[in-house]
Parts: sequence; structure tokens; C-alpha cells
Amino acid sequence: MSGIHVSTKINGDAVEYVCDVEETLLDVLRDKLGMTGSKEGCASGDCGACSVTVDGRLTCSCLMLGAEAQGREIGTIEGIAKGTELHPVQQKILDNAALQCGVCTPGFVVAAKALLEKKPDPTETEVRYWLAGNLCRCTGYDKIIRAVMDAAAEMRGN
Amino acid sequence: MRYESPQTVEAAAALLAGEEGLARVLAGGTDLLVQMRSGMVEPDLIVDVKNIPSMTSIVEENGGYRIGAAVPSAEMNEHKGLCALWPGVMEGADLIGSTQVQGRATMIGNLCNCGPAADSVPGMVAANAIATIVGPNGRRDVPVIDIPVAPGKSTLTKGELVESVFLPARPKRAGDAYLRFIPRTEMDIAVVGVGVSLELDGDGVCTHARVGLGAVAIKVLLVEDAAKALIGTKVDDAALEKVAAATSAACKPIDDKRGTIEFRTKVAGVLATRAAKIALERANARASNGGEK
Amino acid sequence: MARNPDADNAPVKKEIESPTSKYDAEKASSFKVVGSRPARPDGMDKVTGRARFGADMVMPGQLVGLILRSPHPHAVIKSIDSSEAEALSGVKAVVTRDDFAPNDDHADVLYNIMAREKALYEGHAVAAVAATSRPVARKALKLIKIDYDILPHVTDVDEAMSPNAPVLHDDIITKGVNPAPTKPSNVVARSEFGHGDIDAGFAQADEIIERSFKTAATHQGYIEPHACVANVGADGMSELWCCTQGHFHVRQVCASLLGIDVSRLRVTASEIGGGFGGKTTVFIEPVALALSRKAGRPVKIAMTRDEVFKASGPTASSSMNVKIGVTKDGRITAGYGEFRYQGGAFAGAPADFGAMSAFACYALDNVKTEAYDVVTNRPKGAAYRAPGAPMSVYAVESVVDELAARIGMDPIDLRLKNAAKEGARSSYGPKFGSCGLVETLEAAKAHPHYSASLGPNQGRGIASGFWFNFGGETCSNLNINADGTVTIAVGTPDIGGSRASMCIMAAEELGIPYDKVRAIVADTSALGYNDTTEGSRVTFSSGMAVIKASQQAVTEMCKRAAMMWDIPAEAVTWEDGCAKPSGPNAGDFEPLSLAEIAATAGKTGGPIAGHHEYNADGAGVSFGTHIVDTEVDPETGKVDIIRYTVIQDAGKAIHPDYVEGQFQGGAAQGIGWALNEEYIYGDDGKLQNAGFLDYRMPVASDLPMIDTVIVEVPNPGHPYGVRGVGETGIVPPLAAIANGVSAAAGVRMTELPMSPPRVLKAIDDAKVAAE
Repeated sequence: MSGIHVSTKINGDAVEYVCDVEETLLDVLRDKLGMTGSKEGCASGDCGACSVTVDGRLTCSCLMLGAEAQGREIGTIEGIAKGTELHPVQQKILDNAALQCGVCTPGFVVAAKALLEKKPDPTETEVRYWLAGNLCRCTGYDKIIRAVMDAAAEMRGN
Repeated sequence: MRYESPQTVEAAAALLAGEEGLARVLAGGTDLLVQMRSGMVEPDLIVDVKNIPSMTSIVEENGGYRIGAAVPSAEMNEHKGLCALWPGVMEGADLIGSTQVQGRATMIGNLCNCGPAADSVPGMVAANAIATIVGPNGRRDVPVIDIPVAPGKSTLTKGELVESVFLPARPKRAGDAYLRFIPRTEMDIAVVGVGVSLELDGDGVCTHARVGLGAVAIKVLLVEDAAKALIGTKVDDAALEKVAAATSAACKPIDDKRGTIEFRTKVAGVLATRAAKIALERANARASNGGEK
Repeated sequence: MARNPDADNAPVKKEIESPTSKYDAEKASSFKVVGSRPARPDGMDKVTGRARFGADMVMPGQLVGLILRSPHPHAVIKSIDSSEAEALSGVKAVVTRDDFAPNDDHADVLYNIMAREKALYEGHAVAAVAATSRPVARKALKLIKIDYDILPHVTDVDEAMSPNAPVLHDDIITKGVNPAPTKPSNVVARSEFGHGDIDAGFAQADEIIERSFKTAATHQGYIEPHACVANVGADGMSELWCCTQGHFHVRQVCASLLGIDVSRLRVTASEIGGGFGGKTTVFIEPVALALSRKAGRPVKIAMTRDEVFKASGPTASSSMNVKIGVTKDGRITAGYGEFRYQGGAFAGAPADFGAMSAFACYALDNVKTEAYDVVTNRPKGAAYRAPGAPMSVYAVESVVDELAARIGMDPIDLRLKNAAKEGARSSYGPKFGSCGLVETLEAAKAHPHYSASLGPNQGRGIASGFWFNFGGETCSNLNINADGTVTIAVGTPDIGGSRASMCIMAAEELGIPYDKVRAIVADTSALGYNDTTEGSRVTFSSGMAVIKASQQAVTEMCKRAAMMWDIPAEAVTWEDGCAKPSGPNAGDFEPLSLAEIAATAGKTGGPIAGHHEYNADGAGVSFGTHIVDTEVDPETGKVDIIRYTVIQDAGKAIHPDYVEGQFQGGAAQGIGWALNEEYIYGDDGKLQNAGFLDYRMPVASDLPMIDTVIVEVPNPGHPYGVRGVGETGIVPPLAAIANGVSAAAGVRMTELPMSPPRVLKAIDDAKVAAE
């Protein structure tokens, strides 16, 4: 098992690491880089708790090898708030009490932000389908959907 | 375990051919990584094909499109021309997994994984998509239907990989659709999947049809009897009833955690008629649109 | 209440008439903070990814722990040879059954966390390794040689009860049967509840319906897999970090299984990524401690999702018969039910809770329920939100719905006519105190949802449900800080926003703003024993402890103000966050705020704090009524939930957002249970769907918005009127949806989940029968 040297960018910062072939990007983030905001809920792409963006595209970091990050730009939950200033999605999740245990929340934040960047004025149905890969077992999704719709409205300036 | 990221498809084929142990192609990785994690497969070599230009692009060709094997489904579904020409194929690919999975999963990975329930395959079969295979002996073109043999088993030989899939041009009055049945609204594997492609003449009579059927046999099927039931008709209720019967008759399903034989057989017919109706609507809409892409 | 089968909490500890505390109506009429919706104190950490959950902890020198699990559902473990694994470079410890001494206090828990003479289910832990990396640990697992003698297995409850079934335990002789059986079986216990004479009751009935029902086992489905980090020092001083609903319980069980003093084990509850009852017991924690003790280094174990499904607690599957009689004018004359639950490989299926809650919504003269707790070759069940009640209530509420149609009565009117209310004798024994079933039914009837029109292939269902709720041992501290802020330490892990509720109650009682108060979940060495976060008890019990601790601090602050003013303490009152002189001889002083008193506390006697320790009683039952519209595709059997409304009695909603959240979450889990979730076993006794892919929990696009109505009938046993709200919400949905689907499909659905193949078959069979 020989390590692979990877140079990548995470949340805008140049990062280098050495990983084993079978290590996923999620393993690297959590175990090598101490970025534990991305969660492992299933390791099979079914829960979305490990959502990140790769070159701007939403994906599950459990479904990507650490080695594949070479030369890419990775965005994680840790990069979303700017200092103490929350992204509207984060703020609206807080305002709407759209979390209970909070373990799925980072994944929802990353996924919802990606949605609103692509589609600033989504319908409720569009939000629900976009987020269908983010499991939440606590809330019944109601308040999460409301929070994302509120964030969309705020970002549009309404 | 080794990881290689070649720059050309020939180099990829050479790596695959040269590996004595188990070699696996890594495109989207949404199947491979899950299989590795669960211990189902332990490859000795992983060949990442995402740095090969011919495998990461969508190119217009003779009025149709050539789609590289490493193009993720999300990218295909953002391609206006592709979505206009083959909406059914695109919606099949679009149904694979979540938005997150869409960002990685590829249609050709879906094909080469050889799962009978692969969502993108019935649509490609209905479209008569052609796969371009590269291997130690060069290139060959093969209809998509001929690639899967059984779950996890394909007709690709050692060292071969699919470089791209070609979706051909279509006449003005043509449409396709894919429908699958799943218990939830998202995130499930198809219990039944049906892709229908139709071409109509100026009078609205079906001149050409293909029906692809998934999740009801050890591989995706081409249902010729269902196509025959459509050709020569105006895709009316009588024809659709025959399509349902022919599709159900073609099913050779199993009872498993996702559905029963009885359920799959019946629902296959239901979906075939529903998909045919959508394909018909699309053909007519496209024709009234002047056959624009 | 969510109960550990291994805990000793009786369902109803004391009579309702002797609550710990009394409702303070005057206080409740002028709440300033209670009922507001501020942001939760842990919210910022959770939206930014900073919050640390079970698997997020790293200790220096930490090893990776992995568990080897039985591939067989039932097998004798003849021998375990771990010598090759131990010899592998990087392996620091291997533990097996030989590393745990027999334990009479927690025999089943011990057997479950590490198999002893037999493996009792697929996924049963048989050995564990600690190694320097995951690949090394994985390799080591493969080098452990286990010699199994495979035995026949059983996974279905009815089959497990048959005389020819393979028997799991030689020492299970059915309890509650007279005369006692002479041979062991899989039936752990039979219990019976009720009163009156059901035969006489059925004789008075004009209509009687009797039906059989089945429900599949479901998993709590929390998104965070179990995870812990254990660190045992060479002197035996130990620390454990884990995601749990009850770290005091974890400490007690782990100390016992490891044979160490409770004081030597300090357990810190991480943020917890969902539990729903499933994290009220231990699975990996004793194993991690044993590995750490052997390796002399910290060990982290995090379950995979596959392990969560195969080896952590699902709830029971059930098989039930229910018979109810009713007069033409809608009086229920008798109710009878037999509830057979399997709870996996060990005793503890919540059949008794099922039997007790089945008819709890009705004030009946004649009612009898029987419960059977059965073992099978499945993972040991754990509590799941109102354990046992959703299934039995599904059966009863389905029959009630059918009876309403039979006699041509509105289903809400039928329920109102027979509804449990204050003073009525419950079907499980005690008389009800003040409770809000009638209010939820009336609110349901008045809700626009109930009178909205339905489209083709749509059907509306309603059902009511009930949960006991629980109090229990509780201990909280409150510290007044020198700058006028307040810190609360509670011992109940915050699973859904309870820290916010604690801050609200302290702020209310102290008369200071919410943002001056911060609540933490203290570790087991910092606070006295607390029962687990279960039984919908936290806002009730920990909340009451916080209120009492606040009152104690207020008394002390009044004393300090008196000292500063040099007047008698009795001449000081507390109002709006300030001490004020009061009474004829108090004198004329400017009020002293909490902050002012706190700032000089060093000169008036030292730090100011309050604390409260007690065994809370008077939790107050909670009733709910749900309305659901379903649409059935007659060609595929697929069910869509079109509209959903939850109406439930909260007593008093401290933080309404999180009360609504409990209602919505309970409904969503119930929808999953009703429609698609199930443990699917093959003939080989192996679980076929141990992953989110095929377990099929509801995703965002499966659900509509879930409307809520909070009914507030104050609990007489809480100063603010609080009732627990966490569990009742999962009780009505199974029945409500089944009633809706049955109406839409035109055929009564008697088995859950109502997955499309089952619904389509029912529709087609009914068509054939009609022809």
C-alpha cells in the first residue's frame, strides 16, 4: 500500500496530503485533515451527510477517492460561513429551527447552497427533489424546506 | 492496490490489459466505491478515466451526439441539445440516485456495471445507442443491448473499456421516454423500468419503435413484440393495450426485496403504456416545433 | 416512555395522583419567555459543522477498533482462534467473549455486545480488534478463525411461537402462564391487562369486527451511526466519549461489564445525531473499553451503516388480533386484543407497552389485552419512540375506523363518544388525570383539513394515539456567573433542542433574557445520576429540575440582597430579574438586579448556585390525533401522502418550534413505517436490506408539509404545565395512513408496510373477489 500524493484546493486553500488508494475524500477530510463537519452516515451515497462540491458540482465525498481530488477545487461545510457571517441558508435553518439533532445539517447546507446557486427561485417541489439525497430522520423535512425557500427569497432580495 | 489516471483511452486500455490481478475502471465511482467499501470487490488496479479528453466530452456528430464514458449525468442533463433530442435517455440517466450521485455517476458506468435495473440502459436500448469500445485490438462499435450479459457480467474482454456512447440523429416526428417504478419518489433502484422510442410519419402513424425493459430479467431486454404492437398504429388505446401485454409477457423477473414476480410483470405493462404515451406526446410536440432540438 | 429492556423502569412508577410538583396557573398566565422561539444555543455549531458528534472525537494515539460479526443467524461458537490476528503487525489488541466475565446484572447486554456460547443473529459481535489503521484492522478481522456449528433459525414471531421452532435460549420458561411450562421456548412472557367482562360487553354489541394484523420491524434510522472513543489508563481511570441518549446509563452498564468502579469511568455525551430510543443502550462502548484496556491506548469504534442495521436495535415486528364491539349509536361495549411481538434474540420486546396502550384512547367498561414477548434470531431490539404502541394502536384504530363506517358514524364522532378523559379508568390500570384527547379530536374536527374535498383515488384517514410519558431520576445544576449570566448543567443529552428549552425555563424563572443563559450537558463526573433521554421526559423532568434550581438560586439571591441592604431575608422578593424590598418594614431600596447581586457575590458569601435532585413523577400522558390524505395509484399500488395534519396535546409548549418539530418528525417516521420501511429477511435468516438504499426511509420528495396544531391542556404535575411530546407523534400515523389507504384503495389493509406490491395485490385480490 503506497501512498498517493495529492495537491488540491479545499475552501480556497491549497492543501496537500498523502492518502491510500482506497481512502475516500470523506476519509481524508475527516481523518487526515481534521475537517469533521462532513459526516459519514452511510458511506454509500444514500444519505448526503458528507455532501461537498467538487469544481462547483455537488457530490458525496464518500463516493470519491481522496486521490481523485488532485487538481480539483473542493468546497466543504467548513468553508461556507465567512468568519462569523453565516450564509443565508445557514441563517434560515437557525431561524426556522430546521434542525433537531443536527447531524444531517452540514450536508443540507452544502446541498441547498449548491441548489440556490444554480436555481435562485426554485419551487417547493424542486427543493424537495434536489434534496432527496439528503436524509433527515428528525424533522420530517418541513422546516428544512421552509428554510431553503426563505433563504432563496432573501438571496433574491425579496 | 494501485491508482492510475491515464491521459488517453489507449493508455487506459493498456493498463487494464497489463494488470494480472483485478482491474477496475473508475468513472463516476458511484458503484465501484460502494462495492469496495463493502468488501465486495478488492481491485488491484483502479484506472481513473476522468482525465481522458475523449471520455469527458459531449460532441455533436452527424446530427447525433457522442457522449464520453466519464461524463457525469448532471452534465448530460444540462446539455440542451441532448435533452431535446433524446429526452427519454436523459431522464433515465437523471433518475440514477440523488443530486449528489448525479454529479458523479455516468451513464456508461451504469451500463458497464451490468445491473439489470440500471436506469439509463432501457432508454439507450430503445434509442439503439451504439457503444464505442477500445481495447488491445483497437476500436469496435457495439449496440448497447449487446454489452450486459448478467449482473456484473459484460461482453467486454480483458483490457477493453467503453470510450463513448453514440446517440443517433432523429427524424422530425420522433420522441422517447423512460419511466421506472420505485416505491419512493427518489433514491431507489428500479423495480421495473421501461424505455420507449417512437418515430411517426406525417399522418401520425408509428413507423419505427423500440422498447427497452429493465429490472425484470438477468439483463435489460429489447421487447420486439411491444415495438411491433406500436408500428403501423397511431399509438391508440388498442395498440397500447397490446404493448402492455407484450411487455408483461417479456418479463422473466424474480421475487426479491424490491418486488414480486407478479408485481413486476403487471407494472411493466402499465409503465410501457405510460411511457409510450409520453413518447408520443414528445414526438408530436417536437414535430410541431419543426423538429428543433 | 422509551424503555431499555435492561433497565428497571416500570411503565408507571407511581399513581398519577402524587406528582412531584403542581401546576402554577398564575405563573403560567404571565409567561415572558416560555412560548417564544429563540435560536438554540448549539445551533451555530450545527450549521457550520463545528459540532462534535460521536465519530468526530480524536484522542492522541487513538487506535481503530473494528468488530467481527457472525455471518450466521444461529450457530454454536465452538472455538475462536485469534492468534494470527494478534500476530499481525499493527494489531494492538483482540477481544472475544473470554475478555468479559459473566455478569448477572446485565447478562443479556453482555451476551449481546459479545456473543458467548452461541451467535444468536446475523451480525452478532463475536470478536473485536484494535489496530493502528483501518486497513490493518480489516485484515486482522479476516485472520480470526471461528468454528461455528450452524443451527436452525427463526425470524418470524408466529413461527417462533410454534412448538416446533428452534429454541434460542435453554433458560427461557414463559413467565405469566399458569401452570408454568416445563420446557423452554421462545416465549419470554405473557402478560394481561384490562378490566370488566369482555364477553358481557361483546354480548351488548350490535356490530363486532375482529381482524388480524401484522407489522414489520423497523429501525430508528438515526443518521449518525453509533460511535465512541474509549481511553483506559494503566491505573484503570477511564474516559469514554460516545453518542448516547443516556451517558449515566452507559457508565453504569460499562463499569459493571468491565468490573470497574463507577467513579473510575467518566462518560461524556457527544452531540448525538438522532436516537429515537435506539441510543438508550450500549453496543460498542464496552467493547471499545475492553480493547483500550488491553491495548493501553485510546480506541475509536464507529459502526458502519450495515452494522447499524444488523446489530443495533430495531423495534419489534408484530402479529396481532383485535376484536371490538360497538352499539348502533357508537358506544364501544368491549375491546380485546392479543399482541405478539418479537424483539430479537433477547427478552424485551415491548409487547406489554403495546397491550397497555392499545385501547388507551378509549374509556371502556370492558377491555382485555394480552401480550407475548417473543425471541427470534434477529438483532436485540431497542426502544423506538413510544415502544410498542404504534403497532397495537394501528390494529385498534383500524378496527375502530371500520366500525365507524359499518354503523355509518363519523370516525371522529365515534372516538369522541368513547374518548378517554379525566377520571376515566385507563385500559392499563390507573385513572387518567387531566388530559387532552377530546381537545385534539375537537380540533381535528374543526380543522379545515378534515372538511377539504378529495380527488379521485384519494382517501382520508384519521387516528388517535397515546403515550404514557415518564419522569425519572434527574439532577441539574445552575450557576450564577459574576457577570450576570447563568450556566445550567443538565444530565440528559440534548437530542432535539432541549438545551434551548432549559434556557427558556431558567430565563423565565430568573426573570432575565434568554440569551443570558447557557445550558450544557454535563459529563457523568460533574453531576448526579440522570435517567436517560427517553420517555419524552427531558423537557418535563430536567426542565422541572432547572426551574427548582432557579428557584433555589433566587432564594439565595434574595438572601444576598437582604444582606446588602441589611434587612431580613423575608423582606425581599424577586420580580423581573431583580431583588426588591417588600413589606411594611423592608425599607426603601433600589432593586438589585441579578447581575448586581452576582457581581458582589464574593463579598456576600461566595458563589451563587442552585441545584435540584429528585425522582420526577406526574409526567402527564399525551394524546394526539392525526389526519392524512393519501392517494393510491390503482395500477401500481403506489401510495402518495397528499396532506398531513398532526394535532397533539403538549401541555405547554416551552419552545413551540421544537414541539412542532417533534410532531412533524414523529409523523414522518410513522409514514415510513406505514408505507415502505421494513426489515426483510431471506430464508437464510439474513437481513437483505441492511442499508438506506433498500430500507427506504422517507426522503424530502416523498412528503408534503406537515401541518401542526399544538393543543395545550396543562399537565397538573408540572409548574408550567409541560407534557412530554416526543413519542406520541409516532403512534397515530400507522393507523391514520392505513385508514386513508384503505379508503382510497377500497380494501382494508391489514399488514405493514403498505408497500406497492402489497397494495396492488390487495386491490387485485379484492377485484377478483368482487367478480
